Amino acid sequence: MKMNLNGVKVPHHKNTMNCETVSMPVPASVTIPLLQHMGAPCTPVVKVKDEVKVGQLLADSQEFMSVPIHSSVSGTVTAIEDFITSNGVRTQTIVIACDGQQTVDESVQPPSVETREDFLGAIRRSGLVGLGGAGFPTFIKLNPKNLDEVDTLIINGAECEPFITADNREFLENSEKVMKGIELVTRFLGISHVIIGIEDNKKEAIDKMQQLILGKDGYQLAVLKSKYPQGAEKVLIYETTGKVVKEGQLPADQGVIVMNVSSVAFVASYLETGMPLIQKRVTVDGSAVAEPKNVMVPIGTKFEDVIAFCGGYAKEPRLILMGGPMMGIAVPNDQYPVIKNNNAILAFAEEDALERLETPCIRCARCVNACPVHLMPAAIDKAVHGKNKESLAALKVNLCIECGCCAYVCPANRYLVLYNRMGKQMLREKK
Amino acid sequence: MKNKLLVVTSPHLKDPVTTSNIMLTVVVALVPTAIAATLLFGLRALMLICVCVASCIIFEYLYNVVTRQPNTISDCSAVVTGMLLAFNLPSTFPFWMAMVGCFVAIVVMKMLFGGIGKNFANPAIGARVVLLVSFASAMGDASAFVTPVFSDGAISHMAGATPLAAINTTQVSGLGEIGNMALGSVEGVPNVFELLFGLRGGCLGETCIITLLIGGCYLIYKKVISPIIPLTYIGTVFVLSWILGVNPVSQVLAGGLVLGAFFMATDYSTSPVTKKGKAIFAVGCGLLTVVIRLYGQYVEGVSFAILLMNILTPLIDRWTKTKPFGGLAK
Repeated sequence: MKMNLNGVKVPHHKNTMNCETVSMPVPASVTIPLLQHMGAPCTPVVKVKDEVKVGQLLADSQEFMSVPIHSSVSGTVTAIEDFITSNGVRTQTIVIACDGQQTVDESVQPPSVETREDFLGAIRRSGLVGLGGAGFPTFIKLNPKNLDEVDTLIINGAECEPFITADNREFLENSEKVMKGIELVTRFLGISHVIIGIEDNKKEAIDKMQQLILGKDGYQLAVLKSKYPQGAEKVLIYETTGKVVKEGQLPADQGVIVMNVSSVAFVASYLETGMPLIQKRVTVDGSAVAEPKNVMVPIGTKFEDVIAFCGGYAKEPRLILMGGPMMGIAVPNDQYPVIKNNNAILAFAEEDALERLETPCIRCARCVNACPVHLMPAAIDKAVHGKNKESLAALKVNLCIECGCCAYVCPANRYLVLYNRMGKQMLREKK
Repeated sequence: MKNKLLVVTSPHLKDPVTTSNIMLTVVVALVPTAIAATLLFGLRALMLICVCVASCIIFEYLYNVVTRQPNTISDCSAVVTGMLLAFNLPSTFPFWMAMVGCFVAIVVMKMLFGGIGKNFANPAIGARVVLLVSFASAMGDASAFVTPVFSDGAISHMAGATPLAAINTTQVSGLGEIGNMALGSVEGVPNVFELLFGLRGGCLGETCIITLLIGGCYLIYKKVISPIIPLTYIGTVFVLSWILGVNPVSQVLAGGLVLGAFFMATDYSTSPVTKKGKAIFAVGCGLLTVVIRLYGQYVEGVSFAILLMNILTPLIDRWTKTKPFGGLAK
């Protein structure tokens, strides 16, 4: 029998759904962090005062879990500075003063790809990471140990976070590339079955993909209920295939690989042009933004410049988010740069900035009924405050996907996601 | 940017439900019954409700002042406790005794255990049980249940024991007479119509089943309570009394069951968290209620049953943890 994975009904606020993507002009300077993926940071291969061109390799790493980083502009490297990412990791950033010419580097050539190894190598060189938000290196995701057991590619177009419409625009504006990318990935990985998951609040995207997969063998469109967090990997896999990714497993262990729609479309454009990942479509919205829109932004552009392109601030901002309101990170200022897995910049005025005033848990069980992975956040809250590691292990806090459903529904305004993160940390320390 | 930005952890959205508006929703759900109580038992019932609500708020306020803690009365849970406690008292109950009850409910049952969410038993039930044991005659004396009822357009007074007392004694001695009760064919026992509209003796908030059901349905509709506890509880009492040969309709309607099942057993702090746990809890409440009513010394078993199950709640919670999605057994 199919389980009900709970979740919550969040307001959609898809205000920019019909805003066609506009490319913004190159800013005066960009700041390109050397950690834009899950894994080890890169080391620079350029020096201060070097001239760089669009698509030129800026930094790479010998570590397995790492992805190279390229220049999004042409200009001069003015500094290589220390930098703390929005989620608090210390790394470096390469600052480039743009010359405005956008001269393309000679290395940007369509790669010749014949075999699976060629393909995976090309994916690594392209600098692609999961564009849905997590930033997992794509070449690793596409190369699981048990690749021969993987028979299904799921395209994640759920986009369940409120406000964000970047993936919706990908479907509408770049559907040919989406299809081409799927075709390439399935061909080189030997995958027979494709499921495209889209939430039912994106009618246009559904219609478009329906037409494109018409008569194609092995393709299936899964229209998902608009319920948060439908796009969370484990939830999406269960809702589309009924398979449960167990504790400690990767999706590939269940024969599935999940790719974000923008990621898969990028695969096609990279193989066609050889231009690495140097720009990102970002939804700019929120009550403090004058003209919300979808913008194609060169990676490394500061939020300030992106917001200025969107008419500047309509109201004094009180909360600026990198990502959506459910899982996005609140940044301390607008000097942060857009990175690869950034899909939204949201700026909110005072009245829309949520400041929680915690009160005691009343045991109402709303968090338990909301949790998509069937955890008991209220009990975890208690165990974290009691520093009870045994209880935390029994409560499986390690399975928390940090989607925010529990804290969204909590009438006592408790920082449940924070406590879950603390619980995970406590469990890691134990080992 | 002139001001500093807010840097807080995700999520940055929140549905509008807060503790105080949950409590206010419960208050709204109790209002029809408070009105019914006033109509059925007279202005003294309303005064008793006001005394209890005011005392509960004042005791909580004073406790916070004395212990130098931030004030918590704005969560409105004291209002709910006050109303529920009043609903569990006969309309003639002396005010000073009611205040003692409020002290027990708020200070002893709730605040000393750490305040809202930390109490081990429902404060109103705990207080009712303390009052029942301490002031047995004021709580249960048959003469206390003097009830003005509307009949033939004029208010007449009907005296007598609570109908449940009559039902229990009649039924236990005559197991074969199922069905007669509900039709009112047994002396001293009201019929179903009278039971539904509260035309009988009893505590002031337990008699009018119609308004209790309206309030209960409102809470379910507002998703403040889950229907699992009230339905399972009432269902268990109904089925078990039927099996034991007593009239199930009277067992459900004539005592404090409906009030208890919808408003007291569903208390968040003292009932299990998961659906399975709630069902076990409610079955336990039902079993204990029937057993106490039919075989115990007390006429009414709802408060004791809920109180005992409140105490078992931490255990039930331990047995009925959710099964994490994709989790492996340890």
